[in-house]
Amino acid sequence: MRPFDYIRPTDAADAAERISGAGVKAIAGGTNLLDLMKLQVETPKVLVDVGRLDMASIAEDGAGLRIGALVTNTNTANHARVRADYAVLARTILAGATQQLRNKATTGGNLCQRTRCTYFTNTDQPCNKRKPGSGCGAIGGVARLHAILGASDQCIATYPGDMAVAMAALDAKVHLTGGATGERTVPVRDFHNLPGQTPWQENVLETGEIITAVTLPPPVRARQIYRKVRERSSYAFALVSVAAIIAKEGGKIARADLAFGGLAHKPWHDPRLSELLVGETPSPALFEKVADTLLDSADARGGSDFKIPLARRTLIAVLTEATEDQL
Amino acid sequence: MTAYFKQDGPVDGAALDGMAQGVLGRPVPRIEGLAKVTGTATYAAEYDVANLAEGVFVTATITRGVVKSIASEAARAMPGVLAVISEARMTTRAAQGTAGEAPEQEPQRVSYWGQPIALVVAETFEQARDAAKQLVVEYDADTGVALDPATATSEPQEDEAIDMGDLNAAMQAATYSVDMTVETEGHASAAMEPHAAIAAWEGDKLTVHASLQMLNYNISELADALDMDETNIRLVSAYVGGGFGSKLGISEDVVAAALASRELGRPVRVVMSRQQVFQCIMRRSETWQRLRLACDADGKLTGFGHQARVSNLPGETFAEPVLQSSHFLYAAPNRSLSMDLVRIHRMTAGSVRAPGEAVGMPALEMAMDELAEKAGIDPVAFRLRNIPDRDPEGNLPFTSHGLAECLRQGAEAFGWESGTRKPRHRREGEWWIGTGMASAARVHNASEAKARVRLTADGRAEVETDMTDIGTGTYTICAQIAGEMLGLPMDRVTVSLGDTDYPRGPGSGGSWGAPSIGSAVYLACKALRGQLAKRGNIDEADLVLKDGAVEGGRSVADLIGGEVLEEIGHYEPGTNEHDYTSSGFGAFFAEVRVNHWTGETRVDRMTGAFGFGRVLNEKTARSQCLGGITWSIGTALTEALHFDPRDGHLANPDLAEYHVPVHRDVREVEVLMLQERDPLASAIQAKGIGELGMCGGAGAIANAIYNACGVRLRQLPMTPDRVLACLRD
Repeated sequence: MRPFDYIRPTDAADAAERISGAGVKAIAGGTNLLDLMKLQVETPKVLVDVGRLDMASIAEDGAGLRIGALVTNTNTANHARVRADYAVLARTILAGATQQLRNKATTGGNLCQRTRCTYFTNTDQPCNKRKPGSGCGAIGGVARLHAILGASDQCIATYPGDMAVAMAALDAKVHLTGGATGERTVPVRDFHNLPGQTPWQENVLETGEIITAVTLPPPVRARQIYRKVRERSSYAFALVSVAAIIAKEGGKIARADLAFGGLAHKPWHDPRLSELLVGETPSPALFEKVADTLLDSADARGGSDFKIPLARRTLIAVLTEATEDQL
Repeated sequence: MTAYFKQDGPVDGAALDGMAQGVLGRPVPRIEGLAKVTGTATYAAEYDVANLAEGVFVTATITRGVVKSIASEAARAMPGVLAVISEARMTTRAAQGTAGEAPEQEPQRVSYWGQPIALVVAETFEQARDAAKQLVVEYDADTGVALDPATATSEPQEDEAIDMGDLNAAMQAATYSVDMTVETEGHASAAMEPHAAIAAWEGDKLTVHASLQMLNYNISELADALDMDETNIRLVSAYVGGGFGSKLGISEDVVAAALASRELGRPVRVVMSRQQVFQCIMRRSETWQRLRLACDADGKLTGFGHQARVSNLPGETFAEPVLQSSHFLYAAPNRSLSMDLVRIHRMTAGSVRAPGEAVGMPALEMAMDELAEKAGIDPVAFRLRNIPDRDPEGNLPFTSHGLAECLRQGAEAFGWESGTRKPRHRREGEWWIGTGMASAARVHNASEAKARVRLTADGRAEVETDMTDIGTGTYTICAQIAGEMLGLPMDRVTVSLGDTDYPRGPGSGGSWGAPSIGSAVYLACKALRGQLAKRGNIDEADLVLKDGAVEGGRSVADLIGGEVLEEIGHYEPGTNEHDYTSSGFGAFFAEVRVNHWTGETRVDRMTGAFGFGRVLNEKTARSQCLGGITWSIGTALTEALHFDPRDGHLANPDLAEYHVPVHRDVREVEVLMLQERDPLASAIQAKGIGELGMCGGAGAIANAIYNACGVRLRQLPMTPDRVLACLRD
């Protein structure tokens, strides 16, 4: 850890102003940032502690819900409306990390958490994300946790989180403030970037911009599933995960919103999947076709080859479960 | 006075069983438990030492070569930095268990990625860590360094090789046979407490608080590393937060802290980071094993072959003893066992939780399951049919042998359904459910041990030895043995451990701690009983002590008469070591579920039945077995070190990515312990128990996976990707 200055801003505007300098980082729960600072993966000169700002409440937002950026994962997962109307969100959060971490981790921080690629966290190894131009150590190295969709020759890291996968399935919106354009709203589905040639640009946050809240759209009556595949049954990142919100009407699929974790540099959402499913009668053949579409551009690099069949099978399992006993 | 006993033959079976106090064997809670759960037990790094400087290691970023230069001046200019130490006496690996001499030194010579090459010392930990991270080092790196065990140079291990009869002929003539290879990946000890040391000098006297398992050897290793006399060294390890083999030998932090403290003239603390513990202490070698088993139509083994290949760094003699229990577990006249050690540049391979059997036994038990299936014999019956009367290689008698009893009792408790077994016979929703079993075996060793027991004027007992308690229950069993022998309730016995100023114990390792130190405490107490009997004019055989008094007579304090009585018990294993084969035995039964879609495996329940001589404390012994079964689950399903193929660095050097089982992975576990006495195993008729619970358990899980979903995997761990690759729709 490098020596740093610590600042506590008075409000969001003050925070945004203070974050705008070089070498400045916002900190809330710190569950990810502090670890990375100890390893000197992150070396901010100034930490702006936004953790005490007034953004820690959950409120009705029309028929939807507004979750403040500082609401802890635990409070979101335990919230009565979240449990009743957005079960997939509660399930993704509870499938991640540990109770202790969830008590500290915040909504905004969770969206910004960084990859667990060990070439990224090991400062004695090359990593284009940590040190642009140094190369990607994971390509040709140990790459079990790595991407099979949307990767580039610069970076094959995955986004590690669970919560954002549900938010992508729900088509939640991220509210930002403090950027050049002032207040703005970005769909979670567009919040994270693919690595391309700039793997260090992980999301659309501009310098000085902070997340204030995430809003969930009005709830739908649907089966909500989160399936997370991992070697051990807790405290492990997903090999593959699937969030699904699926409704049937008259024997046909009326709604099918899917998002995936563990496959890419961002929570993966492919709009073609809904188009294939909606209006169709569930069948193994249909599910195969959906899986083919999801994976038509899949490209593994050795260590993560297994994710291609695993993602296929997990998706089919989720679609089967979601449709088998629903009317 | 010293009460010395060398075990050349059996001990009197009645001694400990004839006592009146009734504390031995009972499920007494740990006597240091309250201190541990309230945070008042002081671990190595937690001593409050004035004027303490902090040291942090710098580790190599090349695989092999030499350090050309270290930019010490730049680091020295950073705030708080006191020194950059890279002197030749620093050690670059942990010592192997029972080495008794310094491991490799000269940190300028790099032989694996992540090796310590320097120590940065500063006023605060944060300053030292920052400077260590930023230290600029130049290397002359070698190229073409051997990293792949499959292609590296191999050295046959003559000591391990056995050839009896003609295995090839037995395989050809067999009614049923299996010839298969099993591969297991490397393991880390993964103890919770990282390695840490605080060193301080007073003149030529050095005191180090460290986290170590075997102070009796560690003191010699440290003295050798520093080229000084043992009598000037005091090592203290009062509490150890898990060892699992990784703290058998002195680690790099101990020597570096001592050298830095000497140079700076003030106490120095070195705490290794989690990543450093993973990268520069010990790994269990990956293994490649070939099993060849042959049997006749009745299911009698006629041939037994077990070959293994393991790896280590050049210069290290340790070779994961994969064949250890294969030498005696099953009878077969035609035998061929052999082992090769290949040299690669990963960190030192050494003792990690049950070295040998932890990976050798599962492979053997997987092969036994396949052969039982081919022969159409129930796997429990198949094993019962092949238990030898004597060690099949040395023709030695066993000290005691509980395998058959464990197989029977375990099967009954588990509800094992004997008869024809078919895979894929039970499905619940997405899950295939199946059962499997395996034998357990772990060689028993006893070791030389000394303990002092003092009876104070007020009739309390004090036990002192440099033996350690690494979380296993040593404090408690020492108090129980003393309380039982001297007729004292537990609150009148104090136990002081982990200080080389006390008599030398056996150290905690190889599961020999409890039987060995227990024997020394027993011998001291037996001598004290002799003294008390004499003072009371009672024949020792008639002396009944209970609750601090001779039954129906004078109190112990009264007998002592204001003096302090003291005895040192000194136990040594004698000719029994050569005249008998000694092992703990057991049986594992597992029920697992395998997900049809994802290949995930969960262990629904496990039963372990174990025979290891006298149970000293029903609670701590059971906890040891539970711990072993937990490691069995890790070995079977999740644990694997992943090394980069290009530079050999460990790519998962922390507890987030090196997956040990979590609570949710360990569901219903039942432990049965035989009521056994082994008068040949130790003076207290007990054998080791620490490691037995993981010696074969992964095999039971592997066999259950096959029974559940029809997949015979030949690789551990059996991760979802490996299961899926073989799973039929």
